[in-house]
Amino acid sequence: MEGERIVAQHKKNRVSRRRVLQGAAAAAGTLPLIRAPYAFAADETIGNWPAGAKGSSVFIGVSTPLTGPYSADGEDNLKGYQLAFEHLNEGAGLVPHVPSLAGKKGVLGKKIVYKNGDTQTNPNVAVQLQTEYITQDKAIMITGCLASNEAIALEKLAQRYRVLNMVGCSGANETTGVDCQKYAFRSQPSAYMAARALAPVLGKVIGKNKKAIYLVPDYAYGHSVEQSTGEFTEKLLGWKSLGSQVYPFAKTSDYSSYLLNIANSGADVFVNVAFGGEAVASCKQAKQFGILDKMKMVVPNISAFQGKELGPEIMGGVYGTMDFWWTLSETNPLAKIFVDTFYAKFKYRPSWPAHIAYTQTMVWADAVTRAKTFDPRKVIAALEAGHKLQMPLGEVWYRKEDHQQVRAVPVVVGKTKAEMRNDDDLFKIVGLTPGPEVMPPDFLGCKMPTNA
Amino acid sequence: MFNGLTLGALLVLVAMGLTIIFGTLGVVNFAHGALYAVGAYAGFVTYEYTGSFVAAMAAGAIFLLVVGVVIERGLIRLYYQRPPEDQILVTFGITIVLVEAIRAVFGGLARNIPAPSWAAGIVNLRVTLYPTYRIDVLAIVGVSLVLLYLVLYRTRLGLIVRAGIEDQLMVNILGINVTRTFLTVFGLGAMAAGFAGVINAPIVTVTPDMGADILVQSFVVVVIGGVGSFWGAVVGGLIAGEILSLTAMIQPAYSQVMLFAVMALVLILRPQGLFGVEGRQ
Repeated sequence: MEGERIVAQHKKNRVSRRRVLQGAAAAAGTLPLIRAPYAFAADETIGNWPAGAKGSSVFIGVSTPLTGPYSADGEDNLKGYQLAFEHLNEGAGLVPHVPSLAGKKGVLGKKIVYKNGDTQTNPNVAVQLQTEYITQDKAIMITGCLASNEAIALEKLAQRYRVLNMVGCSGANETTGVDCQKYAFRSQPSAYMAARALAPVLGKVIGKNKKAIYLVPDYAYGHSVEQSTGEFTEKLLGWKSLGSQVYPFAKTSDYSSYLLNIANSGADVFVNVAFGGEAVASCKQAKQFGILDKMKMVVPNISAFQGKELGPEIMGGVYGTMDFWWTLSETNPLAKIFVDTFYAKFKYRPSWPAHIAYTQTMVWADAVTRAKTFDPRKVIAALEAGHKLQMPLGEVWYRKEDHQQVRAVPVVVGKTKAEMRNDDDLFKIVGLTPGPEVMPPDFLGCKMPTNA
Repeated sequence: MFNGLTLGALLVLVAMGLTIIFGTLGVVNFAHGALYAVGAYAGFVTYEYTGSFVAAMAAGAIFLLVVGVVIERGLIRLYYQRPPEDQILVTFGITIVLVEAIRAVFGGLARNIPAPSWAAGIVNLRVTLYPTYRIDVLAIVGVSLVLLYLVLYRTRLGLIVRAGIEDQLMVNILGINVTRTFLTVFGLGAMAAGFAGVINAPIVTVTPDMGADILVQSFVVVVIGGVGSFWGAVVGGLIAGEILSLTAMIQPAYSQVMLFAVMALVLILRPQGLFGVEGRQ
């Protein structure tokens, strides 16, 4: 009885749906007449378009830290961009595997040229550099950064100049949360996504109802990671935070005062949020203070070369997340192309800042090609369309509500000396949490405007 | 409290070189942080080849003595009579050259000198566990300061250096070869920086930029203690160490702010620094 009713309802609906479609088609027929004046308006100049796309090449402004605590990560990031530009210009690497780009050289036939500068891990310098690239070099897209305070400053700059910004490395929630911008897109997992992926694994290996203490750099990234890691370990595992030791970002290389407090806190777990050179120094000092013998260390977002710089003696058994780790090339053929071509050019296996730079540039080139123009409004629309693309991490796409990339989050553990097969074999991937499972449902306070 | 002492001891060592050079030559040496980094790398290379921490310490000090002498003869010498802005610019330039040279040779990745085997491990101090090496650092710094004190206060060279700090012109008039003394002083200052770099290396990581924040802190030490004063650098360093560590225990985020607040306070109440003499250049 019930089944018949549903079928009847369905038939009725189909009829009405067809009618709606007919109506829509009729309306669409008249649409060009109404839209004509607006179509003209859409061709008006905006930002550096069309001026920046008139010649035989387009300019991309790249800013990464080459000095300061994040310099090692920044160097890797820059190399990722260099490889991506080279591949796009020559139609090599991943280019033949991206449907819209296959068989083409350049982006929309234009060669990519770029300049790069050193942000010194300082947002003011980053803004200065990119302002020059936008105003002097007519950058059609800006990209690169490592610290979230740089990322957020550049997002606002891009928005002001109406130039597209493919955010480099940034883990703070604010980047695609409260500070999200129409002209900015981020691919790295936010602190929220990383913590959401990491917490279940921590529950399995460390257990429930533990006491945790945090070492936190005093800026957006540090507070975001502490907040999100705290939230999920509390909610899912019943952990309790004993508070945090907040240190001034990029101002100190001796963490003894903070580590003493941590050593005497009576916590079971030491969550080290420090990043880059600061993570390396603080982990090393934590070992000297005996903290690593007493507590389990967790690094929610492991820096590019933390494993290499600290070695398996300190990082062995440490859990955390990474945007990408090169052993994915053993299971994913696209990751293999990226890792192999990078290795051939730079003689080491890429870390994740290079992965962000490389894949994000490919995703951008795909969006431009699909939009058939460098007009940032149309490229934004192409990126917002949720078009799914196969990349070294599997399928990736952007959410239009907050411009955060939906992508898998690798959870890793540091290998011990005995487990390592070669010098770069420092981490084991213990989980690859699918993107849709870790996305913040409330967009973390992002209110994305509808019009670019 | 105890941690402040070891933190301060390291600052004393770096600030000492700075204050001697500043006091005698009147040169604000912005390259001091870079010399400290070069010392750490010299120690690192020596350690890699010999596996001996003592050799690394010696190499850091001696290599920097040489570097200091070369820099003084090649550049600084020409700037004694120039305005302080020029001196700041040239030493700042030296910093850039040295740091980028390190980066070109060693790359940006952090390097490591482990604590020597006789100082590895942890000591139980009842109230807290504490790394053995940091306690040994206290002793190492103590011994080096005593040596430096003897050189400055018990030798003819020391007499000239101290006289130079007080009144350069008079020393010249007395027919003493100030040029050679200046060379020695700059070399000694650089040596102190290099030595401090090696001593600090097992605690912090060895990176090209490692001198940047230590430079700022040692300037604070010199300002608090008083320019050119041996005891000023010692007391200033210990005060700075205590400020950093005590504030960090109560309100970590403010530890660096407190350091500068105290410096500002000293500048307002006693502009010449705690142990400084008014009007000294």
